[in-house]
Amino acid sequence: MNIIKASKLIYDYIRRDEEEKIEEVDRAIDNLDVEIEKGTFVAILGHNGSGKSTFAKQINGILTPTEGTVWVSDMNTADESSIWEIRKKAGMVFQNPDNQIIGNVVEEDVGFGPENIGIPTADIWKRVDESLEAVGMTAYRYKSPNKLSGGQKQRVAIAGVMAMRPQCIVLDEPTAMLDPNGRKEVIKTVQELNRQEGITVLLITHYMEEVIEADRVIVMDDGKLVMDGTPREVFSRVDELKSYRLDVPQVTELAYELCKAGVDLPKGILSQQEFLDHLLPILEDRRELW
Amino acid sequence: MVIKVEHLTHIYGQGTAFEQYALKDVSFEIPERQFVGLIGHTGSGKSTLIQHLNGLVRPTSGTIRFHETDIYSEGYSLKDLRSKVGLVFQYPEHQLFEIDVFSDVCYGPKNLGLSEDEIKMRAREALKLVGLKEKYWEQSPFELSGGQKRRVAIAGVLAMKPEVLILDEPTAGLDPRGRDEILDQIQVLHESQGMTIILVSHSMEDIAKYADRLMVMNHGEKAFDGTPREVFEHYKELEAMGLAAPQVTYISHALKEYGVPVKEDVTTVEEARDAILKLLGK
Repeated sequence: MNIIKASKLIYDYIRRDEEEKIEEVDRAIDNLDVEIEKGTFVAILGHNGSGKSTFAKQINGILTPTEGTVWVSDMNTADESSIWEIRKKAGMVFQNPDNQIIGNVVEEDVGFGPENIGIPTADIWKRVDESLEAVGMTAYRYKSPNKLSGGQKQRVAIAGVMAMRPQCIVLDEPTAMLDPNGRKEVIKTVQELNRQEGITVLLITHYMEEVIEADRVIVMDDGKLVMDGTPREVFSRVDELKSYRLDVPQVTELAYELCKAGVDLPKGILSQQEFLDHLLPILEDRRELW
Repeated sequence: MVIKVEHLTHIYGQGTAFEQYALKDVSFEIPERQFVGLIGHTGSGKSTLIQHLNGLVRPTSGTIRFHETDIYSEGYSLKDLRSKVGLVFQYPEHQLFEIDVFSDVCYGPKNLGLSEDEIKMRAREALKLVGLKEKYWEQSPFELSGGQKRRVAIAGVLAMKPEVLILDEPTAGLDPRGRDEILDQIQVLHESQGMTIILVSHSMEDIAKYADRLMVMNHGEKAFDGTPREVFEHYKELEAMGLAAPQVTYISHALKEYGVPVKEDVTTVEEARDAILKLLGK
């Protein structure tokens, strides 16, 4: 079952002069057709300006289509009367944690969303408890968000979204400002929400290592969908990815380079263990050479 | 030595309940034309450290020397220092403000009190150095892409003609190609202008590729200092600090453990490829 469906989606950024006359039209999304299966972990890749953030903003109606349609669990995002329902279904997490946290205390921040939609107080606290637990931040509930690390702040932001009980979370480069530890922390949290709570995840990122465990990888270029498949399928096409200004994990690149030099390794190797499992027998065969 | 730091200690909120060591007895020297990588997890003190190097933050104790002179000695001009030690902050494009790209780059040299001609010449030079095409120069900086904005911001610092260029995570938020383009450009500056570079980064792969030397900060102290090759040998300790070595370093160590006679101190994809091909007689 689909939770998100975009059909012939077009989005133009239109710049107007003082007299409201159109000065320039910039097509950010160009005839995009895509469906996202409920409960899946989907990564979206693409260079800066490829249209991926614009697409993300369509999903909870921050932007609505210039042409075409976006449905979020069968609600049309262009239908203003369902916008609040849509935002409850699809939550967003952005790049900079400092722009998303408003509470003075972690638990207040997490409760802000449900409070705004008129949830009874007892239920708000229940949601706060559950959301903090889900992202592993219960121990920090009485702390000031200012004193948290970047990764912890992002987890609080994710808890804030979880408190709305969404079916889907869209994360737009949530790790771009974090150090390696913070990055791991956030990705692990998101993976757990996907696996344990069945939340559909759309992760936009520039870090290829964060993508290898996704169910599906979508690559966007010039507002179009240009690659779509499992991480293994997508990462086996190294040259094509590079032509879209992207990269592959170092181990994938190493395997690919060895392949090119005539070593018999499979395409689309994603992890170090996998690489070793394939390379060691080959080395063993040639033991006499070393 | 361009920069010499001796027993640098910085305490935030000294004498208050929030007293915290940001830097603890840090010493090092940076000779001319070195390309230094600086890594450490968030809160390790690396940003505080670089802000000391051009006098933005005053040490609690210890000295900082630029060409052997203590930057806090009497009569020393910190303003001059700041034009010689250029600092590019994180997300520098947030500091763009002028109506067009060219004027924005002129802002720094204008404040140095240079002649109009000199200012313009420097701005042109700087924009060329960062590889920003002329057709963008008259545009508003806010209409450019993320990577282009960042180039403009870096050009603004280069127009001051610094001897030392310090960059705090210059590639954060850029796509992989944009990342490579900015770093390649910095490498060119390093080689063609002989500029001393200090690059703060979270990407071990980038540091391995570009830096001659790598300093690792942990809890305000200098934990490691050596060539990237030497430092990545300590990958287990690095992990305990919330850092990691490049993926290929792990692979070469794993191969070694399986008894394959490969050198362990591999840090780039090319090196790893060549080492493995050699074993296979190719």
